[in-house]
Formats: sequence, structure tokens, C-alpha cells
Amino acid sequence: MKELILGLITGYFFGFLLQKGRVLRFEKQIGALLLQDFTIFKFMLSAIIVGMFGLLLLNQFNLITMNHKTFNVGAILVGGVLFGTGWAFSGYCPGTSVGALGEGRWHAIFAILGMLVGAALYAEAFPFLKKSVLNWKDLGKLSLPGALGINPWLCAILLAIVYSALLILLERKQR
Amino acid sequence: MSLENRWMPYIAGALTGLLAVLSAAATTKTLGKTIFLGASTTFVRAAGLIERTVAPDHVTANEYFTKEKVKIDWQFMLILGVFFGALSASLTGRSYKREAVPPIWAERFGPSLRRRAFGAFFGGIVMMFGARLADGCTSGHGLSGLMQMSVSGFVALTIFFLTSMGIARLVYGRT
Repeated sequence: MKELILGLITGYFFGFLLQKGRVLRFEKQIGALLLQDFTIFKFMLSAIIVGMFGLLLLNQFNLITMNHKTFNVGAILVGGVLFGTGWAFSGYCPGTSVGALGEGRWHAIFAILGMLVGAALYAEAFPFLKKSVLNWKDLGKLSLPGALGINPWLCAILLAIVYSALLILLERKQR
Repeated sequence: MSLENRWMPYIAGALTGLLAVLSAAATTKTLGKTIFLGASTTFVRAAGLIERTVAPDHVTANEYFTKEKVKIDWQFMLILGVFFGALSASLTGRSYKREAVPPIWAERFGPSLRRRAFGAFFGGIVMMFGARLADGCTSGHGLSGLMQMSVSGFVALTIFFLTSMGIARLVYGRT
């Protein structure tokens, strides 16, 4: 029960912030993909910079455990291309579709229904995929600092510099 | 552009980063394991729950549903929370808007709701199939992956964006 309430409260704030950041809207998502509107990049990069240092700090004191998703090369390549293609057509990603529905963009319901069907189809295709795409090459759970052999804090600082430079560039381009 | 418009994506983004950090700490403390923000697994569980009402034996026998566990969990509630969070943010911020066909879509494909429903639905199917294959979406791979500096996150988000940008350019053009 505690798990469910915690999830609901966290989700409430997540949805609230996604809406306030204006990243739920179809025109913002497609605007980002056409490089005409940088709202989503600003939102994501600021979230990532803050989250990256925060998680690193908690990890330092053993208050959390990092959980890297496995780098399954074929799955990420093929899955990524499919995801990107579907994203451009639906105009929402899985999380934002539900938020978009909340702010009245009710056509997001069609994307949500499609995603439920897509999930069901994946469940049917899984035995086949396990023997093929998922079985090509799995590099396991890798962290960037681990793979590069550098200190995680140094890696985070370097990434934060790159992200900030990117944000400054976007601000200049928008003017 | 107003000052609020200019800064809102940064503020909302940074607060989302903070939320991700607090959420990682809270789940570790109360549930004994760190759970990161994500969205697409919920669609598998929801599809399983729906499918179970018509074909319970089929769902029980399915390897993928068994692997991901068909139940209402933390992330399921998170996604439900996103809906309510976006709803209340849009109502209090007076940006709630009922929309059937987004303007950018209408400019390209006309005002037909049926066509929009078709595009969103099939886009949703392809997107979710890809998200499950890649084992994450813009939240799980994008936000949570990059916050943890996971190699899989960097690769997945790059492919998500490159593909969706290419398709968006083809589909919506330089309007």
C-alpha cells in the first residue's frame, strides 16, 4: 500500500512539473523534433543536470543503488528506431501522453490505446525476439564513468559543462 | 517572450531533477530498493490486466507478462499520478484546453479526427513496441538513464532523437 501511495504522490508532482514546463504539448514535442522549439531540451537537460549530481551524492553515502539498464546493442538500435518513428507520428512519448490527456488534449487517448496494443504485441513477439534481436550482443549494465575508467564526479562535471554549453547555444539560436 | 515563459522550462526541469533524486531516496528507504522514474513498463502491465479479463490463461502462460509481472505497482501509480498532476496544473494555470486535432498535425494532414486518431494509434503501437525492445522510453532511458550516466541511456536517447527528428522532418516538413 505504501508503495502505491508513494508512486501516486511522486507521479502527481511529476505530472504537475511536466505540465508547468509545457513539455506535454504536441506542438512542443514536434517543435523539438523539428528544432524549432527548444522547451523540451531545456526541461530535460536541467532535470538531468540536477538529477545527475543529486543521485551521485546519494550514491556516495549509500542511500540509493544505481540501476543501469543493460546495453543490449541490437535491442536498443532496433527498438530505438521504432520508438523514434512512432514518437514522431503520435507526438507524445509514453509518459507525456498520459499527462497530455490530463491537460485536455484528448486525442492522446488514441496514442495510449495504440501503446497498450503495442505492449500486448510485444508480449506475443517476445519468445521470438529473445532468440533473435535480444540475443545479438548484450554489453551489460555499463556506466559511462565506469566504461571510460574515470571518476564519476569528474565525468558528471564534464557532462554538466557539455549540457550547459548546449543550453547556451540553444538560447543564442532562439534569439 | 515573457520572463516566465523563458524560465519556466528550466525551473520545472530542475525541480523534476530534484523530484527524481528525492524519489530515488524515498523508494530506497520505504521499499528497500531504488526505483527510478519510468513509464513504458506500465503499459505492459496495463495491457496484461486488460487482456486478463478476456483471456486469463493466455496471460498467465505468456513469458513476457510473467517476467514483467501483471500487477498495479509503484510505476503504475506514478503514471496515474502524472494524469492528475497535469490536470490540476493545467486547471490552476488556466492552460487546460480540449483539443482533438493539434494545429501542426492539421496543417499537414487536415482537420480530420479520424486521420489524427489513426496516426496517433499506429504511432503508439510502433513506439511502445520499440520502447519495450529498447527496455525504456524517454523517461526510463532518457531522464533516469542520463541522470545515472548509463551508457545505454546515452545511446538510446541519441537514437530516439535522431530517428524521430528525421521522421518529423519528412512528415511535417519545414513549416
